[in-house]
Amino acid sequence: MGLTGLFLICFLVVHAGINACMWFNDGGKTFTFYAHFMGTNFIVHFIEAGLFAGLLLHIVDGLLLWKQNRDARPVKYAYSNPGANSTWYSRSMGILGSLLLIFLIIHLKDFWGPNRLNQIMTGEERNTFEMMQEEFSNIFVVILYCCACFALFWHLLHGFQSAFQSLGLNNVKYNKVIEVAGTVFAIVVPFIFALMPISMYFKLVH
Amino acid sequence: MKYNLKVWRQKNSKSEGKLVDYTIDSINPDMSFLEMLDVLNDNLVRKGEDPIAFDHDCREGICGMCSLHISGRAHGPQHAATTCQLYMRSFKDGGTIYIEPWRAKSFPVIKDLVTDRSAFDRIIAAGGFVSVNTGQAQDANNLPIEQAHAEKAMDAAACIGCGACVAACPNSAAMLFVSAKISQLALLPQGGPERNIRAINMVNQMDAEGFGNCTNIGACEAECPKEIKLTNIARMNREYLLASLINE
Ligand code: HEM
Ligand code: SF4
Ligand code: FES
Repeated sequence: MGLTGLFLICFLVVHAGINACMWFNDGGKTFTFYAHFMGTNFIVHFIEAGLFAGLLLHIVDGLLLWKQNRDARPVKYAYSNPGANSTWYSRSMGILGSLLLIFLIIHLKDFWGPNRLNQIMTGEERNTFEMMQEEFSNIFVVILYCCACFALFWHLLHGFQSAFQSLGLNNVKYNKVIEVAGTVFAIVVPFIFALMPISMYFKLVH
Repeated sequence: MKYNLKVWRQKNSKSEGKLVDYTIDSINPDMSFLEMLDVLNDNLVRKGEDPIAFDHDCREGICGMCSLHISGRAHGPQHAATTCQLYMRSFKDGGTIYIEPWRAKSFPVIKDLVTDRSAFDRIIAAGGFVSVNTGQAQDANNLPIEQAHAEKAMDAAACIGCGACVAACPNSAAMLFVSAKISQLALLPQGGPERNIRAINMVNQMDAEGFGNCTNIGACEAECPKEIKLTNIARMNREYLLASLINE
């Protein structure tokens, strides 16, 4: 969980970085340049396969974890007060992750799928910048993406620090750094992602 | 003081249990929780009913024998205290108190509120000891040990094996207990020679017992009567990861 989680976190950084190029407001020139590189470079295709493997591993691992942990308590408490000793989002990683998965499927169907399909059929990439402009003119799509960013925020707020603890990287010297970095990351990255559909919807990107 | 109690009654490990309502009156606020149960049992015995079975021994917070999930919290609402050190003044007069046994597959109920915690014994038997010759008392005094390490080992050794960490954890994970037992030895030179095999054997036994897996929720640390720290779990993960990499 920890290793695959940190791997997915690395992916988020790259993904957020490239997408942020839309804000150069050059009609998507810089964005398309990098998107073209990511879509056609054959080394990147290898890394992409690795990403899917990592995501799959993270999901399978998460489901196993969820099942084992559920089975470890066959009789539940009649009355429990978990809020007194822990945060709700640390107890809801499976649900938050599942929400993210639902979003990811929709998201891949919106962009990655049609683009790859076109590449296979015609050998040409589609203009993902225009695809985004079109997708994000629909307010419901924008709201869906914002909700997903919210789920990502909670998932990361626990996950970032949790990953270090799971890997045994806990030391009073740098615990504070991990804690602050995790919280900042959990706020900043989903916020950047959320701004993308919002700024597209309000035609701030052209 | 007066209380409405909802107590888990279960005849034996095979039968189905249920919550049974009792009311209890004239309780002194300075009575411990277990003394309140003693009064209740006294009443039950006088009426010819079966008294409620619950675990206890030292009644001074050091043996780890008492348990009870009280109104949704392991060892009740008081921070860093065992049930025997919990006093009735912590509860609102006239209020309702739920009393349930520790809930985990690895801690099956024997009767009423008593669970079988021998899974912990088997984890200790798998490696929670030092079997190499460490010499006599003067040899221990001659070993240079950094003060901070000695303190951390002592803090970990404060674990009384009560199982509240398992009871409080939404995953029924035993990692706070096991990590305390691994840490107290890993931090000291006497534990050094066997640290790899110890980490592997104890963690494997923990998994074989059917405890859940830690997802760093932190309920154990919050409820532990001896304030065992989560840093021990990170240390155990580190010990186990390294040991699995290099152990032949
Ligand atoms: C954008 C994608 C995602 C990222 C960056 C991410 C990141 C993380 C991180 C860092 C952890 C903590 C690892 C640890 O404690 O050792 C974690 C845990 C977890 N993730 Fe994800 N995750 C993502 C997507 C998903 C998805 C799609 C699922 C769903 C099925 C999921 C389910 C879980 C579960 C069940 C846990 C374990 C619970 C826990 O450790 O408390 N995650 N994730
Ligand atoms: S770690 Fe704390 S809660 Fe767990 S068994 Fe030891 S003393 Fe009890
Ligand atoms: S009875 Fe010994 S710790 Fe409570």
